[in-house]
Amino acid sequence: MEMYVLLGFVLLLSIFLGLELISKVPSTLHTPLMSGANAISGIALVGALMLSSASQMQDVLAFGAILFASINVFGGYLVTNRMLSMFKKK
Amino acid sequence: MENLANIQVIQNIVYIVSSVMFILGIKMLGKEATAVKGNYLSALAMFSAVGITCLSLEIDIKIILAGILLGALIGSLIAIKVKMTAIPEMVALFNGFGGLATFLIAWSQFNEPSNSMFQHVLIMLTIYIGGITFSGSLIAYGKLSEKLKLGKGSMITNIFISFFYLSMPALIYVIAEPSISQFIPQVPSYFLIFLALTLVAGIGFVMPIGGGDMPVVISLLNSLSGIAAAFAGLLLLNNVLIVAGSLVGASGLILTIIMAKAMNRTITNILFVGYASSSQSASSEEQGEVKPITSDDAYLILENASSVLVVPGYGMAVAQAQHVVREMGELLEENGTEVKYGIHPVAGRMPGHMNVLLAEANVSYDLLAEPDDVNPSMDTIDVAIVIGANDVVNPSATEEEGSPIYGMPIIEVHNAKTVFVLKRSMSSGFAGVQNPLFFRDNTRMLFGDAKESIGQIVAEFKD
Repeated sequence: MEMYVLLGFVLLLSIFLGLELISKVPSTLHTPLMSGANAISGIALVGALMLSSASQMQDVLAFGAILFASINVFGGYLVTNRMLSMFKKK
Repeated sequence: MENLANIQVIQNIVYIVSSVMFILGIKMLGKEATAVKGNYLSALAMFSAVGITCLSLEIDIKIILAGILLGALIGSLIAIKVKMTAIPEMVALFNGFGGLATFLIAWSQFNEPSNSMFQHVLIMLTIYIGGITFSGSLIAYGKLSEKLKLGKGSMITNIFISFFYLSMPALIYVIAEPSISQFIPQVPSYFLIFLALTLVAGIGFVMPIGGGDMPVVISLLNSLSGIAAAFAGLLLLNNVLIVAGSLVGASGLILTIIMAKAMNRTITNILFVGYASSSQSASSEEQGEVKPITSDDAYLILENASSVLVVPGYGMAVAQAQHVVREMGELLEENGTEVKYGIHPVAGRMPGHMNVLLAEANVSYDLLAEPDDVNPSMDTIDVAIVIGANDVVNPSATEEEGSPIYGMPIIEVHNAKTVFVLKRSMSSGFAGVQNPLFFRDNTRMLFGDAKESIGQIVAEFKD
């Protein structure tokens, strides 16, 4: 239980940090920011890799989680990069 | 045993380093000069976190490799093939997959023996948020790609909405279930019913929300996928998941608030009410004659203008007119005209939609201006060209107190000397509010497909 309290603290601090970091973003970057953040939410991949393999059912669930999180990670970063490379100042 | 403990220490150190890189990455992503590097940094953080997790695996390495490689292939293919105009639905789709992954993670954790009460609550919350993110994002994808036409008011939509409301007591039930089942013999299938209900609820959550409110919904779903990941991190006692998930949750939340503010509405109003239908009563008075104009006349006026403001909206995306718009802008500049682009935060279907389209067409981003930058000097603008935008330039928002959009910050093109409105027909905008701008003395309507109309003006300039 102590562990949860500690991690809950990390959770709260991170949210406040996030709110502070992003509160002033120019509207040009709204889409890349959203898409970049979306790629970061693919961090679920780390969670998927930590799953157990007790039964066939668990393997199927783990495979699905790894697959979809990977699509999120790779697709998200590539699209963001493609988008950002279009923004130029002449 | 010693060895295993060491690995865990190393993993946790790398997780902390990754978390710092994620934080710096997302910070850099918020500034034009460093955005590209920020994205690389956050990708590096992801790579390290995933890599170090692979030091201690329980699942068969074949399953892992198959999943990652297949996912990399599908994700990369979609990302490389997608047209820039289809970015909003792509982001929605990827976001949905992230939600689905957390949904499956929590499901797998549920199957583990000996979950504590606290873990049980976390599992149910993660499933709920992840599931709603997944199916909601799919519906958003359908709406944005215009494959799904059902909206508010239809019978099917109402059924799904009922399931959404039903899902909330169901969530409370499954959270309390372990204590209930001490008294009542367990119903084994309740969990599967809950899984299904969660997915259906996500559909009911997004389905009634209309096209113009999509920027808010997408940001919110983005935020939810982050929160789901953070909860999964709490469940698995993994700090990098918590930090990265919270950052995404916070950034999505901020975008949601920015979007809602740009429409002068609260988030609950957008999600659960939609636009009031009382719009007809207030608008009918100020009608009159619209003054159509041809491309030839528009060209003559533009040729003599010394300053032009282009205000794009979703119509520009639909007509795929961004390239001809850029061409017209360049020709005007060669002609000695000062050209600016006025971008409203909610123009289009996602935050910053217009910026992406114009960037794709190679418009330099220092030409793009926000409403606050252009409104004070609007009376010095010779011609404002409104391309497929409607509600974001509707003067009712500043002048007509009874209007449903009253108070929404707009780009005040009606104060410019001349306004061209490019439009297909006289239908009202998404909000269903009639736009008095069209009937103003200084407004000229250029009917037809925006791409063709501007193409004709460009051709005249070249002659």
